[in-house]
Amino acid sequence: MPPRLDGRIPITVTVNGIKMEAEVEPRLLLVHFIRENLGLTGTHVGCDTSNCSACAVLMDGKVVKACTVLAVQADGREILTVEGLSKGGKLHPVQEAFLAKHGLQCGFCTPGMLMSAYALLKGNRHPTEEEIREGISGNVCRCTGYVQIVESVQQAARSKKW
Amino acid sequence: MIPPSFEYASPKSLSEAIDLLASRGEGAKVIAGGQSLIPLLKLRLASPSLLVDINRIPGLSRIEESVDFLRIGAMARMADVEASALIREDYPIIHDASAVIGDPLVRNLGTVGGNVSHGDPNNDMPAVMLALGAEFVATGPAGERTIRARDFFLDTFTVALNHDEILTEIRVPRCRPRSGGCYLKLEQKVADFATAGVAVQVRLTNGDECEEIGVGLTAAGPTAIKAKRAEDWMRGKAPFDRAAVRGLARLAAEGSNPSTDLRGTFAYKKQVIALLVGRAFRRACERARGAS
Repeated sequence: MPPRLDGRIPITVTVNGIKMEAEVEPRLLLVHFIRENLGLTGTHVGCDTSNCSACAVLMDGKVVKACTVLAVQADGREILTVEGLSKGGKLHPVQEAFLAKHGLQCGFCTPGMLMSAYALLKGNRHPTEEEIREGISGNVCRCTGYVQIVESVQQAARSKKW
Repeated sequence: MIPPSFEYASPKSLSEAIDLLASRGEGAKVIAGGQSLIPLLKLRLASPSLLVDINRIPGLSRIEESVDFLRIGAMARMADVEASALIREDYPIIHDASAVIGDPLVRNLGTVGGNVSHGDPNNDMPAVMLALGAEFVATGPAGERTIRARDFFLDTFTVALNHDEILTEIRVPRCRPRSGGCYLKLEQKVADFATAGVAVQVRLTNGDECEEIGVGLTAAGPTAIKAKRAEDWMRGKAPFDRAAVRGLARLAAEGSNPSTDLRGTFAYKKQVIALLVGRAFRRACERARGAS
């Protein structure tokens, strides 16, 4: 099919395992597609300037800033948002660990932290503290609750429930 | 923040992408990883009429050695460069830079080609490519041509690509015995641009003299800078000659023209550059000896 240069573009995106079809303007950011078109407001807009990663989601298994990807670029790809972590009403081990270890204060950065932590642990089930700090280094917590966040990721790594 | 309206095309082949760029003139802009361009669009500092997305063109992200070169596809992601054993072992200067660009999320999408062709003097790969004596392959309507890194960075956000050309490959002279390099970056926080960054690549003789040297500087002027006077000074001198290394650092700093901003003053940044050049040079020499 030749590239379509005008107006809205049809896309098919698999979000949390469900295939979604939509027509979007090229300038629509993936984060706005997720929040406004799909109503999945767990993915937060923190800074709007690509600095904070509160909007982190997984695209084809890699953690990215949903505010720095166009929705059209997600066409044909798989997106995992924070809503997709829990299964059947049961929290994911990463979420359980953040709950148990007080890995959040105001909670605004938490969805992004969870997605970065999840991506890190998917690739490395036994990270060192340094690797954890590196893994979440793109995510800003303005409450500066990093100590408990690192402890939460360590607890999630130890969990047998994965 | 919402980007301004633009049209969008996602061609499946290089020729299709080049045709689009050629037919649409200066208003068309290539999007690679998007990690610099999309923030600019959101700030409305860029307003292209058409984005040509080259993410779906196959074959542009290989990392491999040929007889003469390490060949990095322009669409190779920073995370893939960072994870490449070949680059970590034989081209550590590139590995160093790939690990300090942006943050892990940016590196999952950001590409080597984009980092270079964006023409931002604060980007890290241009200095590395200057130090390595790399060349860039530009593909346009008439086919391929190569541009030396030293001829590529014309001005801030301006590189030697025509509007209908796409940077498709980065070619780095193949690693030779007793060569090594190092990239050092001072940054205030993760994902910030460098206060200053320094790339040094050396090749030592068996007698431990500096046979070849390349020095590139990040955030040190309107473009990435090749510190030619510093290179000329050090060639043929011995790495353990402390006065010679001090001269190298001083000349590199003298060749820079950093701007005073929130990251530091002109004078402070010059001191940082001199300090980093000395450190990067010593580390590059250690690696060159280890690599023999």
